[in-house]
Amino acid sequence: MSKDIIEEFTSREYEHGWTTNIEVDAAPKGLNEEIIRFISAKKNEPEWLLEWRLKAYRQWTKMKEPTWPNVKYPPIDYQDIIYYAAPKQKARPESLEDVDPELLKTFEKLGISLVEQKRLTGVAVDAVIDSVSVATTFKETLAELGIIFCSFSEAVQKHPDLVRKYMGSVVPINDNYFAALNSAVFTDGSFCYIPKGVRCPMELSTYFRINAANTGQFERTLIVADEGSYVSYLEGCTAPMRDEHQLHAAVVEIYAMKNAHVKYSTVQNWYPGDKEGKGGIYNFVTKRGLCAGEYSKISWTQVETGSAITWKYPSCILKGDYSSGEFYSVAVTNNYQQADTGTKMIHIGKGTRSRIVSKGISAGHSQNSYRGQVHVLKRAEGARNFSQCDSLLMGDKCGAHTFPYIDVENNTAHIEHEATTSKIGEDQIFYCQQRGIDEESAVALIVNGYAREVLKQLPMEFAVEAQKLLALTLEGSVG
Amino acid sequence: MLSIKNLHAKIGDNQILNGIDLEVKAGEIHAIMGPNGSGKSTLASVLAGREEFEVTEGTVEFLGKDLLEMSPDERAREGIFMAFQYPVEIPGVSTINFMKTAVNQVRTHRGLPPLDAVSFLGLMKEKMKLVDIDQSLLNRSLNEGFSGGEKKRNEIFQLAMLDPRLAILDETDSGLDIDALRIVADGVNKLMTKDKSIIVVTHYQRLLEYIVPDFVHVLYKGKIVKSGGKELAVELEAKGYDWVKDSVVA
Amino acid sequence: MTTNAIDTNPTLLGVTPGAIDTIPSLATLRDETFRHLQEVGFPGPKHEEYKYTPLTRALEKLSLDDQGETGAVNLGDYAIADLDATVVAFVNERCVTPFPETEGLIVKPLQEALANGAGENHFAKIADAKADPFVAWNTLAWTYGLYIEVPAGTTLAKPLVILHVSDGAVSKAARNLVVVGKNAQCTVIQKFASTGKSTSYVNVVTEAFVDENARLDLYAIQADMPGQIQFNQTRVLQKDNSRVNSYAFTLGGKLVRNNLALALDGQGCESHMYGLYLLNGDTHADNHTVVDHMKPNSFSNELYKGIMDDTSRGVFNGKIYVRPNAQKTNAFQSNRNILLSTDAKVNTKPQLEIWADDVKCSHGCTTGQIDEEALFYLMARGIPRSTARAMLLYAFAGETIDAVGLPAVQQYLAQRVSQRLQRNDF
Repeated sequence: MSKDIIEEFTSREYEHGWTTNIEVDAAPKGLNEEIIRFISAKKNEPEWLLEWRLKAYRQWTKMKEPTWPNVKYPPIDYQDIIYYAAPKQKARPESLEDVDPELLKTFEKLGISLVEQKRLTGVAVDAVIDSVSVATTFKETLAELGIIFCSFSEAVQKHPDLVRKYMGSVVPINDNYFAALNSAVFTDGSFCYIPKGVRCPMELSTYFRINAANTGQFERTLIVADEGSYVSYLEGCTAPMRDEHQLHAAVVEIYAMKNAHVKYSTVQNWYPGDKEGKGGIYNFVTKRGLCAGEYSKISWTQVETGSAITWKYPSCILKGDYSSGEFYSVAVTNNYQQADTGTKMIHIGKGTRSRIVSKGISAGHSQNSYRGQVHVLKRAEGARNFSQCDSLLMGDKCGAHTFPYIDVENNTAHIEHEATTSKIGEDQIFYCQQRGIDEESAVALIVNGYAREVLKQLPMEFAVEAQKLLALTLEGSVG
Repeated sequence: MLSIKNLHAKIGDNQILNGIDLEVKAGEIHAIMGPNGSGKSTLASVLAGREEFEVTEGTVEFLGKDLLEMSPDERAREGIFMAFQYPVEIPGVSTINFMKTAVNQVRTHRGLPPLDAVSFLGLMKEKMKLVDIDQSLLNRSLNEGFSGGEKKRNEIFQLAMLDPRLAILDETDSGLDIDALRIVADGVNKLMTKDKSIIVVTHYQRLLEYIVPDFVHVLYKGKIVKSGGKELAVELEAKGYDWVKDSVVA
Repeated sequence: MTTNAIDTNPTLLGVTPGAIDTIPSLATLRDETFRHLQEVGFPGPKHEEYKYTPLTRALEKLSLDDQGETGAVNLGDYAIADLDATVVAFVNERCVTPFPETEGLIVKPLQEALANGAGENHFAKIADAKADPFVAWNTLAWTYGLYIEVPAGTTLAKPLVILHVSDGAVSKAARNLVVVGKNAQCTVIQKFASTGKSTSYVNVVTEAFVDENARLDLYAIQADMPGQIQFNQTRVLQKDNSRVNSYAFTLGGKLVRNNLALALDGQGCESHMYGLYLLNGDTHADNHTVVDHMKPNSFSNELYKGIMDDTSRGVFNGKIYVRPNAQKTNAFQSNRNILLSTDAKVNTKPQLEIWADDVKCSHGCTTGQIDEEALFYLMARGIPRSTARAMLLYAFAGETIDAVGLPAVQQYLAQRVSQRLQRNDF
């Protein structure tokens, strides 16, 4: 395979790199208790939540940024970040008519229509721009079933008991450095509650967009699935191209009760920086689900193509007996991107099961690491895990790393882990070419085939988008 | 259609082809035979454009164009098809998806619009019958877990789908039992028309009972040392390759 | 120079000053290593490389009150039956056998070799003192060990056995340097034992240089050492087309940490690593291995198996590095474990780090229990449960023993392992 094609590869453009001109209401730069009080006041929060934030902040000041991930970046100046930025609009819009047309256009441009009647498929969207949620669709339809789907701020106002009960129950405020930071300064996000026995009839989706410069985005998502309920949740994200790095430190908590099933899918397409590695999002995210009740199930599916740095381990705590967790991931890195991503499956309950399928693709000068833990605790009789971690390398300047931690404290557990590293075979490309398929299409075909096991976990509409994204990210990346 | 003149090729420091001359006209079937290591498969690979082989001398013209200038996919789009001796497995890519991509790239090259899903499926169904291949096989990952016979039938199915001008069958008979061999050969014969040509590369005469060649060439040490009609194949089978080796030495 | 920082650590008991203090040419190395160790200290419980194996803590708690040697060591108790070998035996720090004078082979105390300038090119260069605090400590503290040189083109007919016996509650440090010349071949077996049940600490570092086209087979056999805490570091540097086979059999001990590191600094190298840890009681055994593919076209294969019973704990950490220019590397690793009791534990971390693209690498690891279906099948054929169980466990463990090239050693291990498995209490 020719060198010039590898070179050409690095020239692909990030298609969501534009900015929207909207007036922004922002806090001054920096982080201290005053800023936290400012955010809390802006959001008209109850006293207990302010206390919660301050507690998190105080803990955070005592914590150290983790150094164990296999990523390198210059120190982050946490005082040089704006912690609150919101598009200026008339209070909180009650209906779509009140939403600033510029904002609606922003999401149209991203292919996310917030106008319900225009949407063909049944996907309800909560759109978050910078620090706040701007619109949530299909609220009424969902409300008829007792499903609560709204912005986090709205949930704090309207469903304070639910929020207070479950927030921090899966990811405690002092869980890790970035989770503590998020707990102190989170500005908005989505909240979702599926009542007992309800199968949510449409996909719920949150779309995150960072727009303002110098801001960090700290959103929080909380999904509570009551007994026997089901929901499929999608998350998408983009950001403008900016020369400086921007910090995104989100928290996602999922609480699944007895027999509940939550499927959480992400297509992460934050701005990855340019081909020299300038700019791009630092994506430090804590995602965790608690299978609290027996026979509950949480599945994470992620397609990670963006961000300059990704630090993310969507995990499952399998506490309920016979509960199960799944993690399906495709992580693509190109140019100077660095990804350290994987999962944790903590088997606590009896007969718990987990499955991990991770497909890493590294190209350009990027470094792609899988880091995962399978921990079977003493009382997890008959726990089962199967993990498969494959890495595909394209070009000779990138790296693929696998760090699986397997800790077993129960002798009835069955754990299987397999990992392979390889490159796209020259013979595979030649075979495609011999059938008239050009080299680039051949690579796209082979890569999509390689990632298929994960892609097929995604809801249809998302899968097509993800497939295109993969092809685009790796355009010309033959190595 | 195909004109090979004084073709020399090597892999690394290993000179394998030492001056091949061959004319293939439309409507002709040529068989290339020879002992192991004589350069038969190398010739097929060089024609298909495998990069490991370096052409050091000579020319190859295909339909009036310089074949050696083209990339493997350009050659395929111009109408050269190679049935591989060892078809490659591509996990996660179904044969259907693979063929759809290939057929539409070839069509675009020929100035035809891409086929929509319905017409593609129709074409596929028609060609499937030709080699008696089941659709469930085509829904599976390309060649993954296929038996030897299934892989070879899949090659001929692809040949039918892509409708090339020149088909090169590289040891297509290896690993086939007699029934599978007959199915494969029948498929090939049905596809043969006056404006097409076939080069059959084989070690044994067996396949040539079903795909009857107009010309047989014997390759030895990278050169064609003997050419004749189909009876040459029979003679070879009877006397063995040592007969050719001896006659060359002599 | 102040020595406080290290002197206060009980692991130093009985071994200071080390041999290095007597070799003037190594004074700089000694001081640098000392300063380095003072600076970094011994690894705490959060140290990534020691998080499952609290060696520092174990050594802090170690009490070596009972200093008395029994003086009644019978070397025959620790011999490998039917093995025709050259044996150099040490009881504590004393060599109790004559030094062999085999033609074409140089075996002498390392201290003497270094004092005469032999081995200077490799000493502490393959096993960098800064790579691990326990190696640094060994560099300062070792008092005995061998310098083994196999000149170019020489094939040693007999394997060389180094027997380390700890008699009584002792702490000691040993250091070996093995230099295998071009086209040479040899086998070195290190066997560890301790008398009675008294606690002891052994820190042994073995460096080996394997020149072009040479072959080295290295064995570590850890059995008959119930109270022992052991740190065993082996580092090998391989040149073009060399071959190394490494075997580690851990059948006992209190806390054993094996560090094996192979640097494949040449093309066409081949390395095989086999390990078996068969643990019961409260034995804790940790194997950390690193294979570093530095040049193209090399091959490595690793197979480690573990069976844990009672409250024992097995730890495996295998790293495969493939450096940017090490194209066409083939590296494979497999770690399989069986837990026999509810209180046994295993922590495994097979790790791949790859910077080259034209490679084939894979690792697999499993943890499970004895296959009940198979057990039932054997019992249904009239085989008693305990025998059936032993058969299945042996079938599992045997793969590593089968890989042993020396028939006498293979037989010895097969016998030891099946004896252990036959007993109902295992």
